[in-house]
Order: sequence, then C-alpha cells, then structure tokens
Amino acid sequence: MLQIQRSPGVGDVVIIGSGAGGGTAVKVLTDMGMNVTLLEAGPMLNPFKDFKEHMLPHEVDHRGAGEAAELYFGRQQWGYFSAPNGYWDVPGEPFTVAPGNEFKWFRSRIMGGRTNHYGRISLRFSDYDFKPRQFDGLGNDWPMTYEDMAPYYDKAEEFIGITGTKEGMRSAPDGKFLPPIPPRVHEQLVQRAGKKLNIPVIPSRMAMLTKPVHGRAACHYCGQCGRGCKTASAFSSSQAMIFPAMKTGRVNVISNAMAREILVDDRGWAKAVSYVDKTTKQEKTIRARVVIIGASACESARLLLNSKSAKYSAGLGNFSGQLGRNLTDTVGYALNGHVPAMEGMPRHNSDGIGGMHVYVPWWELDKKNKEFPRGYHIEIGGGFNMPGLGSNRVGEGYGAKVKEQMRQNYGASIHFAGRGEMIPNEHSYCDIDPTVVDQWGIPVLRFHFRSSEHEINMVKHMDRTFRSLIETMGGKVTSPAFPADASKAVSPGGFIIHEAGTVKMGNDKTDSVLNQYSQVHEAPNVLVVDAGPFNSNPDKNVTLTIVANSWRASEHIAEEMRKGNV
Amino acid sequence: MSNPQVTRREALVVLTAAGTVVPAVAQHTHEALAAAKSLNQGANYKPKALVKHQFDTLKALGDLIIPADATSPAASEAGAAEFIDYLCSKNDELNNIFTGGLFWMDNYMQSKHGTTFLAAKKADQIALLDNIAYRKLPSPEFAPGQKFFMWARNMVMDAYYTSPVGMKDLGFMGNGAMSEFSVPKEAVDYVMKRSPFGA
Repeated sequence: MLQIQRSPGVGDVVIIGSGAGGGTAVKVLTDMGMNVTLLEAGPMLNPFKDFKEHMLPHEVDHRGAGEAAELYFGRQQWGYFSAPNGYWDVPGEPFTVAPGNEFKWFRSRIMGGRTNHYGRISLRFSDYDFKPRQFDGLGNDWPMTYEDMAPYYDKAEEFIGITGTKEGMRSAPDGKFLPPIPPRVHEQLVQRAGKKLNIPVIPSRMAMLTKPVHGRAACHYCGQCGRGCKTASAFSSSQAMIFPAMKTGRVNVISNAMAREILVDDRGWAKAVSYVDKTTKQEKTIRARVVIIGASACESARLLLNSKSAKYSAGLGNFSGQLGRNLTDTVGYALNGHVPAMEGMPRHNSDGIGGMHVYVPWWELDKKNKEFPRGYHIEIGGGFNMPGLGSNRVGEGYGAKVKEQMRQNYGASIHFAGRGEMIPNEHSYCDIDPTVVDQWGIPVLRFHFRSSEHEINMVKHMDRTFRSLIETMGGKVTSPAFPADASKAVSPGGFIIHEAGTVKMGNDKTDSVLNQYSQVHEAPNVLVVDAGPFNSNPDKNVTLTIVANSWRASEHIAEEMRKGNV
Repeated sequence: MSNPQVTRREALVVLTAAGTVVPAVAQHTHEALAAAKSLNQGANYKPKALVKHQFDTLKALGDLIIPADATSPAASEAGAAEFIDYLCSKNDELNNIFTGGLFWMDNYMQSKHGTTFLAAKKADQIALLDNIAYRKLPSPEFAPGQKFFMWARNMVMDAYYTSPVGMKDLGFMGNGAMSEFSVPKEAVDYVMKRSPFGA
C-alpha cells in the first residue's frame, strides 16, 4: 500500500530536473545564498565510477557490445562507453506515438541529465532567432530580444568556458570565448574546400576548456567527451554546477524522485510538489514557495498537463491551450565521404576535444529566393578515431587485401552533418495519452509529429552542399544515395534530441503559457527553465540558451521573492 | 558525500595509477594498463558456448579473414574467436548464428571433399570463402554461408581492430592525456600535396 508522506517545513525553492536548466537554477540561487531542493528522477552520479572516458574497448570482454551482445542486434540503448545519460526507452516509463506519426523521445535519468554526455556545441541564438515572425513571417516571436539575453549569454559563457573566435557574422553572434583549438588535417581540407565554394569554415564553439576556468582543469585532449569527463574539463551541469553547490550545504538533493504533479493553492499558485520516491516506491510531497521545472521540454509539459485541479482543468497554466504545442526538433541529415588525399596519412594523435574543431555557420542568410526559411549549420567529423565495434569493417572480401585496405583507409573518411531549424507546425505537438500510465501511475505523453516542405527542402540543400564539399576535396561520397522520397531523408522527430517549444512563452496570456521570465502567467511561482519555453528552435543547439534563459529567470525569481511578490 | 569534482592533476594521477607515465605529449596511456589486464584469450581459454571443434574452426576461419602479414599478426592473436564465443555464451540468437554457420561450413566441406572445414586443404577452404565472401553469389546454395560469413567477418574485424595488435596495426595513438593539442605539419603537407588544393 502506498503512503502519502508529507514532509514538514516550507523549502524555499524546489527545482525539478538537474540538467542544463535545473543545474543553472541550482547554481544561480545557491550563489545568492538561497536554499533549494533538487529533485532528480534518476540516481546520483559519481564521475569516477560512472565515466569510462579512458577505457579501451578490449578492457572489457564484450568490448562495448554489452553484456548480452545487445549492440549486434540493435538493442543497445546507447554506446556502452558513453556517459550515463539516458535512454530511448526508459524501462517502465513508456510514451506513445499517434498512428501514422513518428517520434523518438530520448530521456535522461541521472544527475546532470543529458549534459553529462551532450555534444557541447555552444552557439548563441541570433537577433532574428528571437524575432522569427518579424524576420520572415513564420513561427512565433519570443517576448524578449537578443539584447535582453546577451548579458546572460555573457555570464553563461564566462562560467561554462567556450572555445571560439570573433567572426562578426549575424548568423553566429560572437561571445566571450576561450582560445580556439587548431584544426585537424581533415578540417584544414574542409577549410580549403569551403574557401573555393564560398562557405565559411570557422573555429567551433564548444564547451571544453582550452584554459582552466573557475577551478576546472584545462582539457587533456583525449577526445572522449561523450563518455563524460572526470576532470570536468568538458562542461556538465552535474560537475560544474550541482556538485560545487552541494559543497555550500544549501542544496537538498533528492535523487530517484519522479515528479508526478504540482499541487496548487486556492489562488492557483504552486504550494507543493508530489513525487514518487523510486527507491522506496512511496508517494511523497514536498512543500515549496517556488517550483522551477527543468525536466526537459516534453517532460515539463507532461508534468504541467498532469497537474490538473479545479482551476486548471486542462493542466496547470494551460488556459491558452498552448501546453504541449509547437513541438520542434532539429532537422538532421548526414553524408559520409572517402578522401584519397588522406590515404596513408602519417599517423598522429588527432583526438583534440571531442567533436569538431571547426564548423560551418549558416552562410546564406542574405540570399534571396531561398527554397526554405532560416538555415542550418554543418558539423564536421573525421580523423584517426579510436576503433570501436563496427568502425573498421568492409562490405565484402577477406584476407590480406582487406587488412591493407583498412590501413590505407584509416583516417581518410570525412563526415558532414547538417543541423537545421524546424519551423513549428500545427501537426507537431504532445498531449496526454488518455489510456496509458507508466509504472508510477503517471499518465504518459502521446506524440504527434510531422515535417513540412521547409524541412524537406532544407535536407535537399544539405545533400547538395555536402556532396560538393566532398567532391571539392577530391573525395567520393560513400553514403547511400539520397532517397527518392526526400521526406525520408529528414531525421525522425526527436532523433537529434533537441526538443523544444512545448511550454511557449509570450506577452499574450491567451497565446502562451509563460511570461518572458519563464513564469506561468497564472501561477508566477511556477517556472519552466528547459527548452520548453523556446518559441523558436534555431540551428544553434539549445543548451547554451537554456543556461542563459534559466540564469535570467532564476535571477528574476530571486528578486521577486526578495520583494515578496511570490 | 565526497565531492566528485577533481582537478586535472588528480585525474592524471588516476590515469597513471596503473604504472603508466604520462609524458607531456601524445603517448598511449593504455599500453601498460592493457598488458597488465588479462584479456579474455590465450592458450588457457576454455570455450564457453562453442564445442572445441567449433571453436577451433572459428579460430581458423578468423585467421583466413585477418591473416598475419609483415606488419601485424592474425586474428587469433587478437582474441577474435574468444570474443565471439564469449558473446555466444551470453546471447542465444548469436550462438545459433555461429553454431548454425559452422555446421553449415562443415557440412558443405563433407559433401564436397569428405572432410571438415578445419581439416580441409587450404585451397579448398579458400575456394569456399570465395563463394560466400562477396555480395554476388555464384549460386543460391551458398546463401546461408554468405549470411554467416558476413557475421563472422564483421565480428572478427571488430575483435581485431579493437584489440591492442589491431589498434597498433591501424596506428591509433589517441585516448591519452596531452598537455596541448597540435597537428603535425608533415601530416598536413602530405595530404595537401595529394589534394586538389596542392601544397
């Protein structure tokens, strides 16, 4: 029998979720001397035990296939050596997808969330990204401008530590950068090809430390950031924000705590959070003066949709009906090539920071008569990567010839990935499945998702661009041909793991859930600080803007609390 | 709770705990560690899933897929058969693929040459591989063999190139600690000279 336990005392602030948004709220509020309680739906993280950054594959008998050879049957959720960061399918916590739709939902259940693992590409949104409707008539404007966010980008960058160079491009606003890192050989080739094609290839903006920052050590260039970083030289909210905050004694961390519902008082303001203690399988309630939700765009929408009461029959703060709407993910498309010029290249350590050292920001902003609105950036891969299962194979043959071929081709491949902006559309949203609950009895999300002509035209452009880059380098495309049905080339919804837009912010209460400080219009002591509030999802990965927006919202709510307004 | 955050210096101490010294520039931090660790292979290995004849056959097949050459040793030196057998013991589906495939190979050899694959002449072994190792099949009777060989080749190559000898063969020098990152000029010059851009 489950027992409802009521914790005594009113905590100042309850923060739900420990990723980029929740982690920032923890940091900013505890820095101001406030006490917070942090609920994380997964376990505590111990980087020294949990991160496998320096393991070589043969140090485990299965070499990364998993204890039941899952990798060989497509059943591995995520690479064995990757930082513990989440799942495509969380055991016991399903979601559903409306018939005829496709959506994959990656969820994290660990202290630090997806920041333990993410690509750490850190790009400011541009002025037009905050005012997309003014820019080209599509999508929704944010209730703030780039100038409003800029000081918080400064703070976020100075705190996190981001590589980069000042370029003066409108599509890639400059920030407070650490020194960049030299381009690898294949990246220098791409730079030369870009020069020929008039495509800018500039130093990447990554949350890895080329110098020590705030007590975090400089990078040791092992290239394994995706496995987590024991020295915290690659940013994660767990190591850079939450652990230091815990040292102050001002954070009450409750891990394995799955939030079920925000409970409200007579005014419709939050008074407590009900959650499931996964360890003891008990329902618990914690009282709160302020609730800050950073559970991830869709999980936050789910929590609010499930927080129904006399005042909020459609979910907390959902008078506008916008809760769950405007769901977007980044548009992804990739192409691989083989570059003969790099065959037999003199061996060296090309690891550097995990991921690209140079990238292509969107370069056709001012072009007239484009086939699609907005734009995309290009990520570049290649080099002498650490061999892993599946990385060094041939399609046919055997014997000495194959061996020679492997030596010749090692380090001679090139990889381009486009990451573009999806325009919100009425067919893409999440709502509560009326019949399914998870193992905690919490109603689950149901996804509806569709790409439009904009996204399809964008991947066609990506394909042409990547082909011309590869050919200009004297290389050959090795990926399968572009599908006859171009809609099949667009990555499935959710696949790029940049969900945004489900808890829309705006000045108009009838058309949005949150105000510009991420407070629910009707319940100003409830905030959402992940990518849910984003009115647009530009080609500039969401994390840096989550941190900046959460920083701004956290400072504002602290001031509101000081004034006694909440 | 102890603070899991560490300094770079502490981490390097951890990295070197196995006795490896990390110099300033690229060095394979793991060689000593790897050597110290017992790989799941060697003369004393007892097959966990396959019977001895199957295991020996797999080992021989692996060495045909990745033979020794002037630069590096064969698949058996990389523990390829041990790797596959180990995973077969953990996964019935995989086990069936390998026992089924090895039986098929023996059966084919018996019907053609009256011997097992393992005991067959090398020329006959090669002749069979030439029938199953390519996308184009000489005749439909080889289809099961082709399907099996794809699994065998993929997993043998996986085992080989993730092993110390395979990584050395490719020339992988990474996943260590460096004090700074630089790109050797000789590698840039080599590639640029061969590229359409010229030196």
